[in-house]
Amino acid sequence: MDIHEYQAKELLQGFGVPIPKGGLAYSPEQATYRATELGGERWVVKAQVHSGARGKAGGIVFCQNENEVWDAADQLLGKKLVTHQTGPRGKGVYRLYVEEATHIHKEIYLGLVQDRKSERIMVVASASGGMEIEEISESSPDSIVRAIIEPAVGLQDFQAREIAFALGLAAAQIADCVRILKGCYRAFTELDANMVEINPLVITDNGSLLALDAKMSFDENALYRRSNIAELRDKSQEDPREAYATDRGLSYVGLDGQIGCIINGAGLAMATMDMIQHVGGEPANFLDIGGGASPERVTKAFRSVLSDDGVEAILVNIFAGINRCDWVAEGVVQAVRNLDIQVPLVVRLAGTNVQEGRQILIDSGLQITTADTLEQAANLVVTAWQRAQSQNSQQQAV
Amino acid sequence: MAILLTKETKVIVAGFTGRIGTFHAQEMLDYGTNVVGGVTPGKGGTEHLGLPVFNTIKQAIAATGATACAVFVPPPYCADAIMEAADAGIQYCVSITDGIPTQDMIKVKRYMRRYPRDQRMILTGPNCAGTITPGQAMMGIMPGHIYMPGRVGIVGRSGTLGYEAAAQMMDLGIGVSTSVGIGGDPINGSSFKDVLMHFQADENTDAVVLIGEIGGPQEAEAAQYIRDHMTKPVIAYIAGLSAPKGRRMGHAGAIVSAFGESAAEKVEILRQAGVTVAPNPSQMGNTVARVLAH
Repeated sequence: MDIHEYQAKELLQGFGVPIPKGGLAYSPEQATYRATELGGERWVVKAQVHSGARGKAGGIVFCQNENEVWDAADQLLGKKLVTHQTGPRGKGVYRLYVEEATHIHKEIYLGLVQDRKSERIMVVASASGGMEIEEISESSPDSIVRAIIEPAVGLQDFQAREIAFALGLAAAQIADCVRILKGCYRAFTELDANMVEINPLVITDNGSLLALDAKMSFDENALYRRSNIAELRDKSQEDPREAYATDRGLSYVGLDGQIGCIINGAGLAMATMDMIQHVGGEPANFLDIGGGASPERVTKAFRSVLSDDGVEAILVNIFAGINRCDWVAEGVVQAVRNLDIQVPLVVRLAGTNVQEGRQILIDSGLQITTADTLEQAANLVVTAWQRAQSQNSQQQAV
Repeated sequence: MAILLTKETKVIVAGFTGRIGTFHAQEMLDYGTNVVGGVTPGKGGTEHLGLPVFNTIKQAIAATGATACAVFVPPPYCADAIMEAADAGIQYCVSITDGIPTQDMIKVKRYMRRYPRDQRMILTGPNCAGTITPGQAMMGIMPGHIYMPGRVGIVGRSGTLGYEAAAQMMDLGIGVSTSVGIGGDPINGSSFKDVLMHFQADENTDAVVLIGEIGGPQEAEAAQYIRDHMTKPVIAYIAGLSAPKGRRMGHAGAIVSAFGESAAEKVEILRQAGVTVAPNPSQMGNTVARVLAH
């Protein structure tokens, strides 16, 4: 789960990480008020969206007076910010963070991630801050410092010092850098983060260290014990299709194709999507319906898939282990009856009680095409979709 | 023989008396697994499914001589149960539970390293369908009837995609020596390489099917091991060719976040190591048949 910059900064400040003064605003009036409240002569108005690279997309505006703050806020609020991380649909700007401008002497990159290779938390830092870490690893890979942290004892002072010296900091800044690193590590472990990133961590004109931007992401499996983090979720930053499914306990990822997918198991779901693409279609979504596919759950899955207007055909692929095909088939029949599904539907059942399941689908008398194998299912759904498409275009031509 | 689990293996079930533990313990018994008891703290001394219940894993081992433990404990308490098994001297542990916090798994892996390698518990999972040696025993949640006994090993992250592979193989008359699920989490008990090492050493396994997916470094690590150390043929399929970068596909670990983690890159790395890669998921069975006929 991602959170906003201002939220990450507030959390990190609680762990001793110094941040510039700033305030949240939901309107141009509030933004101007924040600027007045902060005082000073220059401010930065920052769009709060769950994405990096906001500067390049015009989401960060420097202002010299309060009129400029008002204008920047007016322009940003309600806008869709499109960055290379948001995808073409972009993310809506509904909150702004107004911050006092900082005089930057030098920018540093600082990140903590879960390293899957060492199965530990790893600090990644670079003296070439301000760019994305991907850019840094391309342009100046030698500048990247890495340190793996021993989970039994946590980040030690010597390790933090080694990183600070490797970043080329002056003697007077080492202690501050150690404090910041240890604060980030504590925030990471105590809040069950997946990622903490301060980019840039700046050295100001007067030599002090300041986290100018901050990003944190959290382990969804640990939110049950981090209620203060769970409540930072901002649904306005999620794909509405995904928010709908998440709220119903389904694992759903919205994509840009036309074939809606309802599948049990993440691996089989990905494989089925690959198969659809292989035979000439494009999946509209990833959806893992999970273990106990009760009729209610199947109906919820259909609703999620159909919440995407781009869906022009649906493929259900269930390999029943704990599930039973007859239960799943009954769920499909109920969903089709209740939801008035207008697009072609192909169902492939396999595993426990497959014969009974298939019989239920046939006996229902509904327009459901059944398939025996994964390959057949993908072929049938893509053919049905293409046929429906050509019928539509013929109707339009008439 | 097979790997990790045979009909002789004495198995206990942690989370025995819970709804999920009860259901799957019964399925395991029905399959013929040598389940000798279970553990639920506070219910020691009672009986469940006709078997003794113990308060601690240590007590269960002392009374039954169990060497394997299937963990069906809810996510908040699961890491604790795995560490209890490791400390009690269990040799093989399967964790089915989906949803364990990653930092709990970091702790578990660190804890297991307390023990010298030859005394260290082998853990597979979490977030997997379990392990089955067809015709002998099953520790997990898979439908036993889609696995035919045979001489091809299966190791994979995904449960249902593993079923798909086993079913395609059975349709072609190809049986399975042991099928091991390593799970879809970013940090798991055993890697592909760990399980491949067991298959390489098993005299009743002739070839191995590896079912990977996007995300993480384990397929690349496996490729290196296959290239340098494996004499048995390996057939692979990698799910997620159609998955966009940076989006998490259901499994907590199925996300492309670094170089070499996309499906296309993994396919290429495995091919270069001499692995035969099935071009699409409907060709897993056929590809195995072709390699075996060779």
